Amino acid sequence: MTILPFFLWSLLKVIVVTVVMLMSVAYTVLLERKLVGRIQNRWGPSRVGPFGLLQPLVDGAKLFLKEDIVPTAVYKPLYLISPVIALGCALISIAVVPFGSPTVTGPGGFHFFEISDVNIGLLVILGITSIGVYGIALSGWSSNNKYSLLGSLRSSAQLISYELALGLSLVGVVLRAGSLNLREIVESQGAHGIFTWNLFGGFQFVAFFIYLMAAYAETNRSPFDLPEAESELTAGYHTEYSSMKFAMFFMAEYGNMITVGCVATLLFLGGWTSPFGNLIPLPQNILVLALLPIFWFVLKVFSFLFLYVWVRGTLPRFRYDQLMNFGWCYLMPLAILNIVATSLWLAYK
Amino acid sequence: MHLILFIVFAGFCVAGAVNLLIQTHPINSALSLIVVMTSLAVLYLLLGAEFLAVAQVIVYAGAIMVLFTFVVMLLNAGREERTLGSRAAMVVGFPAVVALLAVAATVILHTQGLGTAAMHDGITSTQELSTVLFTKLLLPFEVTSVLILIAILGAVALARPGDGERTPSE
Amino acid sequence: MNSEFVQMLQQDVPLSWYLLLSAVLFSLGIVGFLIKRNLITVFMSIELMLNGVNLSFVTFAHQWHAVKGQIFVFFVMMVAAAEAAVGLAIIIAVFRARATLAVDRIDLMKL
Repeated sequence: MTILPFFLWSLLKVIVVTVVMLMSVAYTVLLERKLVGRIQNRWGPSRVGPFGLLQPLVDGAKLFLKEDIVPTAVYKPLYLISPVIALGCALISIAVVPFGSPTVTGPGGFHFFEISDVNIGLLVILGITSIGVYGIALSGWSSNNKYSLLGSLRSSAQLISYELALGLSLVGVVLRAGSLNLREIVESQGAHGIFTWNLFGGFQFVAFFIYLMAAYAETNRSPFDLPEAESELTAGYHTEYSSMKFAMFFMAEYGNMITVGCVATLLFLGGWTSPFGNLIPLPQNILVLALLPIFWFVLKVFSFLFLYVWVRGTLPRFRYDQLMNFGWCYLMPLAILNIVATSLWLAYK
Repeated sequence: MHLILFIVFAGFCVAGAVNLLIQTHPINSALSLIVVMTSLAVLYLLLGAEFLAVAQVIVYAGAIMVLFTFVVMLLNAGREERTLGSRAAMVVGFPAVVALLAVAATVILHTQGLGTAAMHDGITSTQELSTVLFTKLLLPFEVTSVLILIAILGAVALARPGDGERTPSE
Repeated sequence: MNSEFVQMLQQDVPLSWYLLLSAVLFSLGIVGFLIKRNLITVFMSIELMLNGVNLSFVTFAHQWHAVKGQIFVFFVMMVAAAEAAVGLAIIIAVFRARATLAVDRIDLMKL
């Protein structure tokens, strides 16, 4: 494809994926509120629109119209830029995630269902997660507030500690697939449906649980959400933020959840491949071939988010020293053992 | 395409480095250095070193600079001042460095046999890198991991408060 | 679009430009090391120097298609990480003893 049509098609893909991502972030908030409500034996938001489905729109309008209070003694440049960093990093990592089957291609092998096909896609996501720590660290310091500083330092220390366990747990999957390219990792799992997904057939369930717990810590979610605990730290690193900037931090947290869910489905749950493998013959209609893998992908990400919210509604939070102890003394050695076990098994085969 | 990307990101590098020198508060210098490092990661990508580019972002910009930022935030030493020493250093230092840069630039520009870098040049795959790293250069790799272990022990031992002392943040 | 301009934009970048950028970054690092008065900023200039050198290693690795150049950069990054950890711990210890980070006030062994 020549450069101008390629550029325009890529721009279209970027716009579509960004819009879908932002809508998903908004509706993940609604999902969480309704699920936590049901866990706690109440309805959750149900007044705005049928089943409360218009609640995110109304919430967005509320946050947008609130007064934007900027305290006088904050360090303005960093105060203004840290929500941008947080939200930007949460949205950028979707750029390397393939969400549909690569068999349906456009002219010149143009992939419709991923924004960019990078050979090191998995490392790019880890790198962007590392940069996302700055959004939190700088926001707490620039707010010129004891509680914000403490919350942001705790949160950043938690994030960088669990990044290790996160990265190490993914090495087992990379060893099996032999590539860091996310598309190739998914394609190495598609052979027999659910039995060759890395979670089951690849025996990576230990890695999956390590990844799950590291992901909960990375996104500052229960049971590792002490940096945001109201009873301890007022609101942690986003105490001094109001209106749109607070909304950006909020969106960044849910955006990170979705990204982590996408990575988990790609690496452990088989990405866009169907759980039935090749058992059910599909009609060779191009629309079905294009849309059905996306449906499976979305279903898996949705179930991952469901698990996230379920854990939030059920488990109490960890104390900070228990959290750090868990990450360094238990998860990291377990992840290293997983790498050793996987490589021994692969060498034996 | 390669030319525009090189000029833009080399501009970011130089601008970030100059900003590091101009700013008085160390947090601004730290953020400028992060900009330099991420632009350098893009330049590594342009030279075909994709694993190094991502390692630069993860290790340098995402871990080492986070350490620097933490120390600046915790120690909170504030802006620096113009002293006699800094004026003397500027008078002596600038000409010396300009001379050094002139010599280096002359040598570089007169070198024969340097090629060009283009967009269609091959990318060094991670597999090639790891094949050499884990076969021919295995000993330096293992020694580096022991070095990092020693550094961790040293950092923990040095930064721990002594008996009866309190950390600066208390 | 002027086709000459487009032609010029699609040229390759001579590797000497990368080496020049590396020299510029290295010299800016030296300037920072000499003129800055805050201990942490001096340390950051050292990191800038290391990065400048890394760029020239990668450039030559591209020139000679030698993967060992890139592996050396990898080792430089690891050593820089170790050095940053220990150096910052030393800075914290110095701050605890002197209560200042100004280079001009930490230049004597006597308190």
